Amino acid sequence: MDSLTKADAAHYNDTVVRQFSIMAVVWGVVGMLVGVFIAAQLAWPELNFNIPWLSYGRLRPLHTNAVIFAFGGSALIGTSYYVVQRTCQVRLFGGPLVGFTFWGWQLVILAAAISLPLGYTSAKEYAELEWPIDILITLVWVAYAIVFFGTIGIRKVRHIYVANWFYGAFILAVAVLHLVNSAAVPVSLMKSYSAYAGVQDAMVQWWYGHNAVGFFLTAGFLGMMYYFIPKQAGRPVYSYRLSIVHFWALIFTYMWAGPHHLHYTALPDWTQSVGMVFSLILLAPSWGGMINGVMTLSGAWHKLRDDPILRFLIVSLSFYGMSTFEGPMMSIKTVNALSHYTDWTVGHVHSGALGWVGLITMGSLYYLVPRLFGREKMHSVKAIELHFWLATIGIVLYIAAMWIAGVMQGLMWRAVNADGTLTYTFVESVKASYPFYMIRVAGGVLYLTGMIIMAWNVWMTAISGRSVNVAIPAVKPAHA
Amino acid sequence: MDILYLLIPLSVVLVLLILLGLWWAVHRGQFENVEQEGERILRDG
Repeated sequence: MDSLTKADAAHYNDTVVRQFSIMAVVWGVVGMLVGVFIAAQLAWPELNFNIPWLSYGRLRPLHTNAVIFAFGGSALIGTSYYVVQRTCQVRLFGGPLVGFTFWGWQLVILAAAISLPLGYTSAKEYAELEWPIDILITLVWVAYAIVFFGTIGIRKVRHIYVANWFYGAFILAVAVLHLVNSAAVPVSLMKSYSAYAGVQDAMVQWWYGHNAVGFFLTAGFLGMMYYFIPKQAGRPVYSYRLSIVHFWALIFTYMWAGPHHLHYTALPDWTQSVGMVFSLILLAPSWGGMINGVMTLSGAWHKLRDDPILRFLIVSLSFYGMSTFEGPMMSIKTVNALSHYTDWTVGHVHSGALGWVGLITMGSLYYLVPRLFGREKMHSVKAIELHFWLATIGIVLYIAAMWIAGVMQGLMWRAVNADGTLTYTFVESVKASYPFYMIRVAGGVLYLTGMIIMAWNVWMTAISGRSVNVAIPAVKPAHA
Repeated sequence: MDILYLLIPLSVVLVLLILLGLWWAVHRGQFENVEQEGERILRDG
């Protein structure tokens, strides 16, 4: 037993990385499948089948939870474990806690997948899970923080690589957000009431919601970006100094963007303006980071032509740049007056989710999977190429359809006749949106098809490879 | 807007914690020879 422990200590713990990576792919397929299904329900409402468990209202939170927390969460935790071990040159800290984070997180996802279709919800967007599941999330998250920061604590490299700062900020911020937003009074095993009411609840909700975008969907995936782009390109990040400025500027300014979700509501006017100003400021660090990532390829642009994995990673950054430009613009009150409550918002979210979060995750997993299973490269590089084009065309169809539908809805809703009456009824705007809902389904099907090809490719790579144990390199005394 | 009595002080506390983190990083030499750190990860296997 003792010798086993010693042998273990000389190797990285990649078992948990393998587990999270495989599950990220599985949950990606599931979450995107539900997404395509509910997109089809919006085009053809008959697909609700009059079955409550399949109704749009219950499946929509299932979709968002599955893609954000199951697909994105598994990818984030898995890659953070890989990156923190490599950059600190030690095995993961925490012993059995490591396995607990994996099984605990999967249990959270399973509980969500069962309870949401059954109709159990706290009715808080992106935080719908009822209180017993919230408590389990808290336990898993504390364990994750202990493992991650414990590993940093026992690192053998004095410098903490920038990716770890981003992952660390993501872990701490999500802990604070979850605790504050999920505060509730339970009345039974599966029912609770939020600790906040009315506009207070809305404010907490979007303080949580937008910071989840900032720290879960941005900071965490930027951690991925700052490790996997340099690794795949074989070049250091364009400017390491800029990456440090990017990190501190982003986390200092993110916290107050949330009120832009509540323009022209009961929220005090000045709070809305604060939200708008902070959202506009965010353009600067976001674009600094994007340029830093893209310029990593400076002088080696030809690699984009030959390497589909690198293309995933770099194109994800262009979507990051696009949605972090679009976001601040939409937070401007006058623009928001047109865009709010329309499908433009849905398009914006998906240019960030499918384009940035999805593509950076897929690229990182394509880098990781062969290494985790002792293979030179993925089973089929041609399939990665195909996946890339399916995904990219799918995203473009999706967001272009939602832009047109969104702006059209906004214009129709605000149109008034000379006598002051509304020109269009609401249902006329729904009818006009119909063709764009069908284009969205087509875009979603392409994106999902790409993900299924990825699942096949990952499966073929895994079964023809073997689980490898990678030895931790001996550290040079200068850095010990 | 009672909720702002929670969220604004919380933001102030978080900003102070972030400042503490920045101070720690600067004084522990995290930002010395940074360009070399960018290259190190290419050799970490």
